[in-house]
Amino acid sequence: MKDFGYTLSNDRQLDFDKGDRRIAAYVKEHEPSFNVCFACGTCTATCSAGNFTEMNLRRMFTMVKRGYVSEIRKEIAQCMLCGKCSLACPRGVNTRNVIMKINQALELYPL
Amino acid sequence: MESSANLAAMGHEVTLLEKSDQLGGHLLGWEKLFPTMRLGKDVVEFLDKGVKLANVNVLKNVDVIDARKNGKVFNVKLADGKSFESDAVIVATGYDVFDARKKEEYGYGIYDNVVTSAELEEMFLSGKPLVNAQGKTPKKIGIVHCVGSRDEKVGNVYCSKVCCVTAVKQSIEIKEKIHDAEVYCYYMDLRMFGMHFETLYKQAQEKHAVNFIRGRLSEACENMDGSILVKVEDTLAGRPMRMSVDMLVLMVGMVPSEGTKKIGAMLGMNFGPNGFFKCQDQHTMTTVSNVPGVFFAGCCMAPRTINNVFADARAAALMTANYLEGYEIEKRIVLN
Repeated sequence: MKDFGYTLSNDRQLDFDKGDRRIAAYVKEHEPSFNVCFACGTCTATCSAGNFTEMNLRRMFTMVKRGYVSEIRKEIAQCMLCGKCSLACPRGVNTRNVIMKINQALELYPL
Repeated sequence: MESSANLAAMGHEVTLLEKSDQLGGHLLGWEKLFPTMRLGKDVVEFLDKGVKLANVNVLKNVDVIDARKNGKVFNVKLADGKSFESDAVIVATGYDVFDARKKEEYGYGIYDNVVTSAELEEMFLSGKPLVNAQGKTPKKIGIVHCVGSRDEKVGNVYCSKVCCVTAVKQSIEIKEKIHDAEVYCYYMDLRMFGMHFETLYKQAQEKHAVNFIRGRLSEACENMDGSILVKVEDTLAGRPMRMSVDMLVLMVGMVPSEGTKKIGAMLGMNFGPNGFFKCQDQHTMTTVSNVPGVFFAGCCMAPRTINNVFADARAAALMTANYLEGYEIEKRIVLN
């Protein structure tokens, strides 16, 4: 086909209805404190991995809840499970365990 | 009601003019109250008892056609020909609910499954099972915060104060009625300012798994099956998002009531930039109007919680009683 120099942009919208929320459901069941996150970003501010890589815990949690897990697979691998985020969380979310549950769920539901 | 009960208890002769056929105002339309979930009718009963105990003269179905100050006396005329003289007036004309049709992009009045928070409360009050326009139990419910509030496009720049916690309260009530429902609140900020509001919010997340999505809807439209497709930015993900819900509830804010505009104009009262009554001092004289002898209480001055309204009502009663004794609070005004 003749190349006119135009390209199609991919849709950046999150389509909630198409999201796969099995992983969110697994985490909510096994670590219910996942529900009470109010997305303040304290975890992300204190995160050692986040200071040196693209990893953003707050956004990762949001993406899991929306069912867009494939986008965070690489990101979550940066976590060293140091648990600083759990110490810092003002809401009492066991963030470290949330990450472990996400990892478990990713093995249970390979995409 | 509370002002009249207190003034009558102090020994003053009080006439309470009510435009509808029932005392209690908007409170009559609320089943349960935040943050304790106690019944709204309990509070109305408390007020009723106050009015009866102090023998307040109550007139219902009243239409005030004129109210003016002549010398030191107020003359009030009603549509049915009755007229009154009084030495002081307390205005408690409340608020109107924001007309959600003005936010046309949310589809209220266009799509059957878009309702207001006031209508949802009516459904709770009716005691009937919660169903959508198709008669089905909604499984996904969206709740839009700040409808008609914090919005220059509709001319209301202020926060209506009670909608955030009302959304949390109604989310919990929905979940209590429909256990497997998913509830999504779309918010810009969650203003949980009251002593137990934050606890209620955490309870909604922890016990009822209510979801909170930070972002303001740009629009809502109808799917083929009558469900509602909302478009919102998930600002915490930094991405635009679309999702379908079976029912969309708009948290409508408070606007100055028609009664406030009417009575205020008759009495020559000052209005603030948002159309509510302007008080003589924002900190120290919140229930005192610019007209000596005219006081006000409740949501005619600003969006208020029930607790606030009780405090206002008693303060206005006290200011009125002092005025009748010749006390001139105006002499204490400190210009700022």
